[in-house]
Amino acid sequence: MAKTLYDKLWDAHLVEQRDDGTALIYIDRHLLHEVTSPQAFEGLSLANRGLWRRSANLAVPDHNVSTLKSEREAGLAALPDPVSRLQLQTLDDNCDTFDVVEIPLNDERQGIVHVMGPEQGAVLPGMTIVCGDSHTSTHGAAGALAHGIGTSEVEHVLATQCLIQRKMQNFQVEVSGQLGPGVTAKDIALAVIGEIGTAGGTGYALEFTGSAIESLTMEGRMTLCNMAIEAGARCGLVAVDEVTLDYFREKPFAPKGAQWDAAEAWWRTLRTDKGAVFDRRIVIDGDLIAPHVTWGTSPEMVASIKGHVPRLADMPDETARVGLSRALDYMGLEEGMAISDIQPDVVFIGSCTNSRIEDLRSAAAILDGHRIAPTIRKALVVPGSGLVKAQAEAEGLDQIFLEAGMEWREPGCSMCLAMNADRLMPGERCASTSNRNFEGRQGSGGRTHLVSPAMAAAAAVAGRFVAVGEIMSDAGGAAR
Amino acid sequence: MKPFTQHDGLVAPMDRANVDTDLMIPKQFLKSIKRSGFGPNLFDELRYLDEGQPDADNSQRPLNPEFALNSARYEGASILLTRENFGCGSSREHAAWAMDDYGFRAVIAPSFADIFCSNALKNGLLPIVLSTAQVDALFVALYAEEGFSLRIDLQACTITLPNAEQWSFEVDAFRRDCLLSGLDDIGITLERSEAIRTFERQHQARFPWLFEDIVL
Repeated sequence: MAKTLYDKLWDAHLVEQRDDGTALIYIDRHLLHEVTSPQAFEGLSLANRGLWRRSANLAVPDHNVSTLKSEREAGLAALPDPVSRLQLQTLDDNCDTFDVVEIPLNDERQGIVHVMGPEQGAVLPGMTIVCGDSHTSTHGAAGALAHGIGTSEVEHVLATQCLIQRKMQNFQVEVSGQLGPGVTAKDIALAVIGEIGTAGGTGYALEFTGSAIESLTMEGRMTLCNMAIEAGARCGLVAVDEVTLDYFREKPFAPKGAQWDAAEAWWRTLRTDKGAVFDRRIVIDGDLIAPHVTWGTSPEMVASIKGHVPRLADMPDETARVGLSRALDYMGLEEGMAISDIQPDVVFIGSCTNSRIEDLRSAAAILDGHRIAPTIRKALVVPGSGLVKAQAEAEGLDQIFLEAGMEWREPGCSMCLAMNADRLMPGERCASTSNRNFEGRQGSGGRTHLVSPAMAAAAAVAGRFVAVGEIMSDAGGAAR
Repeated sequence: MKPFTQHDGLVAPMDRANVDTDLMIPKQFLKSIKRSGFGPNLFDELRYLDEGQPDADNSQRPLNPEFALNSARYEGASILLTRENFGCGSSREHAAWAMDDYGFRAVIAPSFADIFCSNALKNGLLPIVLSTAQVDALFVALYAEEGFSLRIDLQACTITLPNAEQWSFEVDAFRRDCLLSGLDDIGITLERSEAIRTFERQHQARFPWLFEDIVL
């Protein structure tokens, strides 16, 4: 029978199917970080349980690390916040006690877990991958079954190498045509969420297909699958093709020689069979997707750069009207106003969604030869890993950011969730390349507008949201 | 996990859709390495007028008088009534821990986000899905009647309204058994160790590269 990509990955990892509809699924790779693992390790200790398979696990500190060079160089012991210090120290201690491989804080390979994983080849096509972080969906870009889990499940995977799951349904999101200039994977993600809503993917595995997806780089596919969770789907998927294989070929932990050949043979089968049936399907015309900007407090509250904030009178029901009214109030916006009239105070380029080298290149291309607007109070560029940082510096991108008046930071999750010192002040408005615009997400009272790196850069220069093309034409060709 | 069989409780409203886990427990509290003590910071940004800190004495903080859970009427509530897509966003189990620590045993909504739902069930917190019309009716009744309470019977999968009307709900059979018995997943899965080992041997033979040690 014709199978979807998700069906194939599920079948290859099915330990046993039970009569009650649940199944045991084998987990190939388990990524850990400091925030959602301490209680899981504590649970193991209390129950006197060990790890099922030590080598499946890889840890890295990322959520709560400082992004300031001086604080990083001073080491963990010098971190000013004692609560954060204890959490990071606990990860180190647990990895020592349980003999889990950990990439340490100041290693060049350290970075956001979802940037580090693919970069090291620690996640690979065909794997099942879990992490105590909802953006684990990122790794579906590799043609892998990857999703976020809670801490109880982290403990379960550590102890059993399995998860108790129910099979999800299959949802095909076809993006036809080709993206226009200045339109990115982030805009596809926001357009899809705008179309199906933040609960539209609940209970589904989302497979992205179509010519616009095939043309994306691995970085772009990661951005897209990363945001699957914002559509309610635990995992996003993209089929394996030459782009996938080329990306993983030389990665440090990827198989080599004959093992690579065997792996490649299996990976090439990781695509949905012709004739396979999806439970739900939508088609979006990639040619028509414009750059997107969220205006509200949920990723589904989104409009194109040429669009407007909705009007209360246009809402379908009372719950929606109350929701819109609350969002406008929180965001400090007027109904019906043009997106291009919204003026950010802060710009954040980073996060597991958009901190890879391609993201930094696209922001730098806009910023080259420009200064950020005087109304921008703060502009942070936070590379996703030490290796991304080194690559960007080798290309001179750091100089472009610095000359534009931005800060060039050390890798970590930073202002995406504002666990560390990088956060918005109450009422501040941020053009952010991250993934969530929830109330208080980037700092208590902070206001988040989700955009692509190019759009964040353009907003930094213009002091308001503008179509990327406006800055590029102003620059008279300075944008490479 | 504490078992859930039958529960009688006061109902409190959270009258908005898409309540996300950031709203349930803001990031600064995720620095804790413990599982307990999150209750005083549940819905922190809605509940208090100042910004919460992990080491603050919450009893001294100014309460938001407009937030339902701060009203005397809902003191001691153990069932939360809310709207669509409750628990969306981050996978942080701290959200379920905070709900539990506050004293909630059940949440009623038209729909839940997947990861939150799974986290809740693993912590003895029962997510109950009812139709939008039923949830609307419960909101009306809740606002009309002080002390509005429900009886939840997980064995029978029913909720009983104050007027003795009974509504049934559905819950995953495996999860229901776990909640009724209070059994923990890991113990259940480890009973299948032989099956896991057998699968693992075949998996390793087929995909040997997955079993290589990571050497930094």
